[in-house]
Amino acid sequence: MDFSTDAQASVIAILPEILMVVLAVLVLALDLIWRRAQRDGIGYVAGFGLLGIAAIVFLVGIPPQSGELSDQLVLGGMVRHDDMAQIFRVMVLLAGGIGALITMGIPRLRARGDFYAILIVSIIGASLASAAADLIMVFLALETLSITLYVLAGYLRDDDASAEAGLKYFLFGAFASAMTLYGLSLVYGLTGKTNIYELGRLVATNGLNEPPVIIALGLVMVGFAFKISAVPFHFWTPDVYEGAPTSITAVLSTASKAASMGLLLRFLLVVFPPAELIGAAETVADYSGLWVQLAVVLSVVSMTLGNVLALVQTNIKRLLAYSTIAHAGYVLMGVAAISTDKSGDGAAAVAFYMFMYVLSNMLAFAVVILFTRATGSEQIRDLAGFSRRSPWLGLAMTLALLSLAGIPPAAGFVGKFLLFRAAVDAGLVWLALVGVANVIVGLYYYLIIVKVMYMEDSPSDEPVPVELPFKWALTISAAGVLLFGTILVTPLLNWATDAAHALYVLL
Amino acid sequence: MVITFSGVLTGILLTPVIGAVIILLLKKEAKEQARIIAAMSTGIALLLALFVFFGYSVDDANAVNGDGGTYFAFEDHVKWIESVGISWHLGVDGISAPMVLLTALAGFTGVLISWGIEDRTREFLAFFLLLVAGVFGVFLAVDLFVLFFFYELAIFPMYFLIVIWGWAQTRQYAAMKLTLYILVGSVVALVGILALYFKAGEATGVYSFDFVDLHAATKAGIFDTPFSSAWSAATTAKLWFPLVFLGFGVLAGVWPFHNWSPDGHVAAPTAVSMIHAGVLMKLGAFAALRVGVQLMPEGARIHLPWIVFLALINVVYGALIAMRQRDFKYVIGFSSVSHMGLVSMGFATMNLKGMTGAGLQMFSHGIMTALFFACVGMVYDRAHTRDIPSLGGFVQKMPWVAVAFIIGGLVSMGMPGLSGFVAEFPIFLGLWDGPAFEPDPNWLTGTFNYYGLIAVIAALGIIVTAAYVLRVVGQVFFGEFHAERFPYVSAITVYDKVALIILVFWLVLLGVYPRLMAPMIESGVRPIVSMLGG
Repeated sequence: MDFSTDAQASVIAILPEILMVVLAVLVLALDLIWRRAQRDGIGYVAGFGLLGIAAIVFLVGIPPQSGELSDQLVLGGMVRHDDMAQIFRVMVLLAGGIGALITMGIPRLRARGDFYAILIVSIIGASLASAAADLIMVFLALETLSITLYVLAGYLRDDDASAEAGLKYFLFGAFASAMTLYGLSLVYGLTGKTNIYELGRLVATNGLNEPPVIIALGLVMVGFAFKISAVPFHFWTPDVYEGAPTSITAVLSTASKAASMGLLLRFLLVVFPPAELIGAAETVADYSGLWVQLAVVLSVVSMTLGNVLALVQTNIKRLLAYSTIAHAGYVLMGVAAISTDKSGDGAAAVAFYMFMYVLSNMLAFAVVILFTRATGSEQIRDLAGFSRRSPWLGLAMTLALLSLAGIPPAAGFVGKFLLFRAAVDAGLVWLALVGVANVIVGLYYYLIIVKVMYMEDSPSDEPVPVELPFKWALTISAAGVLLFGTILVTPLLNWATDAAHALYVLL
Repeated sequence: MVITFSGVLTGILLTPVIGAVIILLLKKEAKEQARIIAAMSTGIALLLALFVFFGYSVDDANAVNGDGGTYFAFEDHVKWIESVGISWHLGVDGISAPMVLLTALAGFTGVLISWGIEDRTREFLAFFLLLVAGVFGVFLAVDLFVLFFFYELAIFPMYFLIVIWGWAQTRQYAAMKLTLYILVGSVVALVGILALYFKAGEATGVYSFDFVDLHAATKAGIFDTPFSSAWSAATTAKLWFPLVFLGFGVLAGVWPFHNWSPDGHVAAPTAVSMIHAGVLMKLGAFAALRVGVQLMPEGARIHLPWIVFLALINVVYGALIAMRQRDFKYVIGFSSVSHMGLVSMGFATMNLKGMTGAGLQMFSHGIMTALFFACVGMVYDRAHTRDIPSLGGFVQKMPWVAVAFIIGGLVSMGMPGLSGFVAEFPIFLGLWDGPAFEPDPNWLTGTFNYYGLIAVIAALGIIVTAAYVLRVVGQVFFGEFHAERFPYVSAITVYDKVALIILVFWLVLLGVYPRLMAPMIESGVRPIVSMLGG
């Protein structure tokens, strides 16, 4: 297979990562150079730096327009620079940027340059994951993302909950990484290739011994299921979410999920392609039926268990953790649809959904940080009277929750609609019905939070203070949630559809 | 990409939204300004709705529909999400034009009735306006995605309005119950809409949520083919009709899914009860008609002959339960269940008379219930009880309210000269005639025409209606006034009076001059009946 050797294209392909490395170094340098008082503003550099890079990716980092695989695979086939990579990159950069901004509201982290630098490195991993086209790059990206997040989750060392979260995440994560690595090495051993596009064709056409391929698929799925916290690999999620610093919980639930989801889409479709996509005349080994079934099972149990367990939560961070699990289930519905549906609706729905989910969750966690700081509590019941104290924050939280619940005019409605449409289109009507039932359960617990905020009285009527970085974070994410649900649906969906079409170019 | 754009309907839809945004931007103390802005935005919407209502041309509609087209007036058609086949397509036909007017009337009078709300006025009005916008959206939508979008959009302000400003004793329970009921129904219907979308898309190659495109598919007989090769016996229409019709029917209070409605009506604050019983229930009936009957006539022919029994239970059982209530507001709540049964029954006649009657009943009942709830609210605000036996003699203190309530009661009983008669009489005529098409020889319609029997039993329900209305009028407004219980009963405000006059005016106008609306509704119903085989 030919790889592009165009130097300019190669640089543009990894421009966001190059810029992020520069940004990370800059943040570390500023941490040393700046005086203590100035260092309070270091989050602006990291936050707006990442948001700026997102804008650059969006405006400058346009992938080669020929759409040919050989033009888009650069750097010796390590990275594929296509629309799929771009849309997920913008997502994780937005998540990272907003995550850095809302970190500025946590007093113990506000002035820590090293914290922001590690955060940026973890976004580098997330950003590479969605573009990775080589087993080595897949693993490197995942590990860059994970290891930095272990550190960040346990960053508040003197806080028992945070330390526990870091350790727990690390232990579970190391186990899952090992599984993934076994899987990847099996695939490599069977085919002798590391580029996923090359080895995908070999898996399909080379008449490989079936059991090892199935084992490899299973092992890789376990690793991914852990990253996206699909049931039954979700056990770490609530504890880590609860213990980690809230801004890291936010990044964990958005950037890490989005990156893994993007990688999952590409990996499954490319390494274990449906027979028609290969188009070879000889007998083709089609493993797509298997991973579709796995995705369906994971989807059903994740959304059901996630939603049901969320019903009984009293801690807002734990509730959002279970809601994340449920959302992983919804998205897996779209993943299950990508194999039979060649029009790209499934993959486009996943990309659209993750985009809106990133913004909605960021919005929710930004409000959670403000709320926990003002009340010193993470209990849902202490949200009482929140809308009286700060009507705009109450409205922002409501918007985020409605978006997660899938109620218009928030973007979540369109996202859910597209996922159900993809599922019905792929012939999975019953899966769509399970999803629909789950949406109703979900609405119940989201509405309970809204009810507490709006209905009950608070002991204090003082407005919750909102600093400038929060205003930025809240405005960006709320505007996104609202606009991508109404007048900007089309541009985002078109982009997601382009991305989906690129995904299906395997030859 | 703009195809046609007249802007009137988009204007109707956006006016309340803009009003809500302006109100949210006001200062907390600016309650009076907020009320004025709310009244202005609903007032403008009302003027636009009147313009649409009187500008609707029945002749054009009959001409276009007669040629096999699908007529919508005042269309706004802009491509929205092209890759999925979604467009911003608004329009009114003969059935929805009166509904838009109804919504505008209920919205405007609702703001007037809510003038006295002091607790978080701004938020109340903003949510109320959003609710009104959501309801407008459903009636105006031609694209089914847009219809569904606004259907869902109406749910969450509803929840807030009940849970924050509702009756303290039951509001949490009622609000959650109502929200979940409606959501369950709507998502079931959504899966049905998706099924039609894919079926039509596969057959024609054009995937579109636009009602006009789907209706063309209906006319081409696409939904009369098996839904999937696995179930060759079940055609698409037969399979999905009950889910879509009953899914939306939840909001129309179809028995046995009516349970949310009395609780919801009672728990809601007055203006919201007005919108809720007056308009929101029509939303369900309207969507069931548009997506269910109109797109799947074959399914309607098979399923409506048994759904008519559910409607019968609605009518009789609703009236009997209303008879038993001690709580003033619950009486009206159950009366809505009973009257909405007549609407579904009118649909189930599947002939021109009955369905036109159903359309008229939607409008008439909407205004009437809004009037009822307004009256109940005014009494309750002053008496602080809704227990019927402990009230009495309120005609002395509130003559306006008493007169308005009695007129509403007469409408409810179907008194000639008022809108209730104009609406109910055709429904019974239609029932007596039975379906307009030659029935299939199946177990229900093939044996004998039982529609006449249903007409007789349903007419008994009307007698019960008379009984409970007279009982309430007698015990609340007449009889002895207990001055020791109600030492101070303040007069109703001028805003209240204006609202009552507007509502009563329409009930009387429609009663003495039904030609104002009947031909319009007929023009919308005629193509449906002809699709049904009449």
